[in-house]
Amino acid sequence: MIDRARNNDPSEPVPRLAPRTGRSASHTWVSRINWRGAASVAGFVLLWELLVRFGGGRFEGIPTLAEVLRAFGDKYLTNAQYWRSWIVSFERVGYGFVASQLLGIPLGILLGTRKIFHEVVYPVVELLRPIPPLAWVPLSILFWPTTELSIIFITFIGPFFIIVINVHDGVRNIRKEHLWLARSLGARPGYIFRRIILPSLIPSIAVGMTLGIAVTWNVVIAAEMIASDVGLGRLTWEGYVSHTATTVIVGMISIGLAGYLSTLAVTYAEKKLMPWRK
Amino acid sequence: MRNRQFWMMWVGYLGAVGLWYASVKWLPIGSFRRLPDPFTVITEWLSPNPKYGISIFTHPYYLHILYSTYRATAAFLLATLLGVPLGICMGWSRHFHRYATSLLGLLRPVPPLAWVPLAILIFSGVESAVIFVTFLVAFFATTLNTVVGVKSIDPDYFRASACLGASRKDILFDVIIPGALPNIFTGLQIAMGAAWFSLAAGEMIAAQYGLGFLIMESYNLVQFPTIVIAMATLGMVGFLSSALIRMLGNRLMRWREQSLGFAG
Amino acid sequence: MRMASAATQLASRASLSKEGSAGGCLTICDVGKTYDPDGTCVEALKGCSIEVKAGAFVAIVGPSGCGKTTLLNMIAGFDAVSSGEIYMDGRLIAAPDLPPQPGPDRVVVFQNGALFPWKTVLENVSYGPVRQKVLTRKQAKKKAIDLLRQCGGLDAVAGSYPAQLSSGMQRRVEVVRALINEPKVLLLDEPFRAMDTVSKTTMHQHLLEMYRICRKTIVFTTHDLDEAIYLADTIIVMTTRPGTIKHIIGVTLQRPRLPKMLFSHEYLELKRRAAESVHVEARKAFERGEREQA
Repeated sequence: MIDRARNNDPSEPVPRLAPRTGRSASHTWVSRINWRGAASVAGFVLLWELLVRFGGGRFEGIPTLAEVLRAFGDKYLTNAQYWRSWIVSFERVGYGFVASQLLGIPLGILLGTRKIFHEVVYPVVELLRPIPPLAWVPLSILFWPTTELSIIFITFIGPFFIIVINVHDGVRNIRKEHLWLARSLGARPGYIFRRIILPSLIPSIAVGMTLGIAVTWNVVIAAEMIASDVGLGRLTWEGYVSHTATTVIVGMISIGLAGYLSTLAVTYAEKKLMPWRK
Repeated sequence: MRNRQFWMMWVGYLGAVGLWYASVKWLPIGSFRRLPDPFTVITEWLSPNPKYGISIFTHPYYLHILYSTYRATAAFLLATLLGVPLGICMGWSRHFHRYATSLLGLLRPVPPLAWVPLAILIFSGVESAVIFVTFLVAFFATTLNTVVGVKSIDPDYFRASACLGASRKDILFDVIIPGALPNIFTGLQIAMGAAWFSLAAGEMIAAQYGLGFLIMESYNLVQFPTIVIAMATLGMVGFLSSALIRMLGNRLMRWREQSLGFAG
Repeated sequence: MRMASAATQLASRASLSKEGSAGGCLTICDVGKTYDPDGTCVEALKGCSIEVKAGAFVAIVGPSGCGKTTLLNMIAGFDAVSSGEIYMDGRLIAAPDLPPQPGPDRVVVFQNGALFPWKTVLENVSYGPVRQKVLTRKQAKKKAIDLLRQCGGLDAVAGSYPAQLSSGMQRRVEVVRALINEPKVLLLDEPFRAMDTVSKTTMHQHLLEMYRICRKTIVFTTHDLDEAIYLADTIIVMTTRPGTIKHIIGVTLQRPRLPKMLFSHEYLELKRRAAESVHVEARKAFERGEREQA
């Protein structure tokens, strides 16, 4: 009864207290474009231009969008090193993220299903969880034999705890009735696991993955800034160190784009796994 | 006679410590030896006269904690003061939502840490730059969760207050804020966690003082036990701040507590 | 329903019925409603015309998705009409170019309950008069306590939060919250739908008792025929989408309604007539796979 959302009209966040006119909306391509959204983006770019031109001392060093695009065209579009940074960063994200899911999902399931395991392991997880992944960098560098492994370890830590928590919550939320029903119909534990527990966990895994991929990018970039010599994060950092603002911005935009693409990939996978969600 | 849960917890802790110790002392891979072992760390931490100058008895330790806490709190408060009202506007008004979503969607995928160099250029001081980046992360988390909170309010509550004669201002305070409060607090907790996350990074990259800075410095000065001390402290402070927020939320939303106690 | 003494009974009658019987006459003229999400025109209602006399108890029945809630929302002022008009006591309250305006003269009791969970019972009930600035907070609270007491000793739970009450009590509190505003019309949208039979029967008795005392115009939607016949003076049967008025059946049972009437010939005959009418529509709705209005 409390806190349920039932929207009769799904296109509306809350029922308006103002009238709905009887006119039906036109659905030409003109109306499909999010004009207001585009306006605010244009406004942002305009603000950027204005600040750089007239903003005074503080903003002097910042290039305009035009300058950034030009620099990109000149220095980076055809630069193999630049595209290699993409690959390197994506590789790290790939290894770290996949490892975190492969280890984290079973751990979450064990934590949720086996009581004793939970009692022993969960307190340790709770203790380690609040430590920001980046705080692990020095230790990671000491511990792992290669720099690459240390960065991948950091990339792993971020999404690892997220997926463990999400899967653990997901297991706890499985309706006992489903389990009882299966048992009373004579299902064996292996079957229950494959056909009931795992499918029920797909939403939690999806949420964990989406949150995790965003965190992963944050982490990769910072890890690269601190401890590596290749990658998109490193590129951005080098721009800063060499006072080349265009490089910094190119780096930022590239990172944003890369993060966006990964999120798209994860969301796509999520939609495929859960076709029943509108 | 404590219950089993209590003992199992300690089995877990000891097991973890044991694993740590074992991997430092006994594993064949050379690099693992470089890690400080548990006993060194603990004795250093609790020693009145620590070898590397940081323990619970030294005052620089608390100085670093204070710096980090100040930055995190400042960023968090700013994010809340801006994010919650913005989230409410976005959740309530469809027009506003369309304006704001695209802008936010554009800025959000950029990892906050990528902002650090730019922020340092714009905000002439490193201090402000670090707080800005931390603020950004907390801001997104708060705003998004507030929007979800407002949108999740059952439309019937709006209708009920309308037919009972509420003005728009009344609806804001009677329906929207209390209705969104649970989600707002979830958002605040996430924001706090995210704030610590970026703060650590920001401090490690470019700051003086602070726990993140301490971690990097001890690494550079080859003071390895201190690294672990700083990490553990960071974890604890982060945990405490989230717990504080959760407790505040429980106090403000005592009506929820009631419903759990009487689970129907 | 437990009145302590005859004196209390007289006093309560006086306070509840003071302005209750004045007005509340509804005229719904040829009302239609068309939704247009994403360009697909959905005609929810078509040509509905109903005349509700002041102080009458009207039940609207029909299959899922026939538009009962839509119609109620338009009377209440939550939604605009696409065609036709609605008048209350001669005043135009809904028309195609009139912005819908909900108000305390037509308060609604909602299907799943809309007591504010973050306010206590007392705060909920006194909400209306305080927000309309008709009473001070103190006066409102006093009036609320009195009203709660009259409606079956609910003042005992005045300090509780809604989640601590059973759903029956919650619904009763919601009715009191509506009544304190002295509305001309009380609109109830399948209020007892989610309740079990025993609670429902108790609620019926409460509602009938309240109606007996204050005689407000009540418009009550439901899909439960027994409930409709037992409570109302007039039953309005709606067709499936696009909803329009199919039948109007007058209930000839005497008031006060008693449980034993459920087994009288009169009752069974009424039920037969209404059931035939509704079931045809229900079959159509079922075959079409209509979803209930959420």
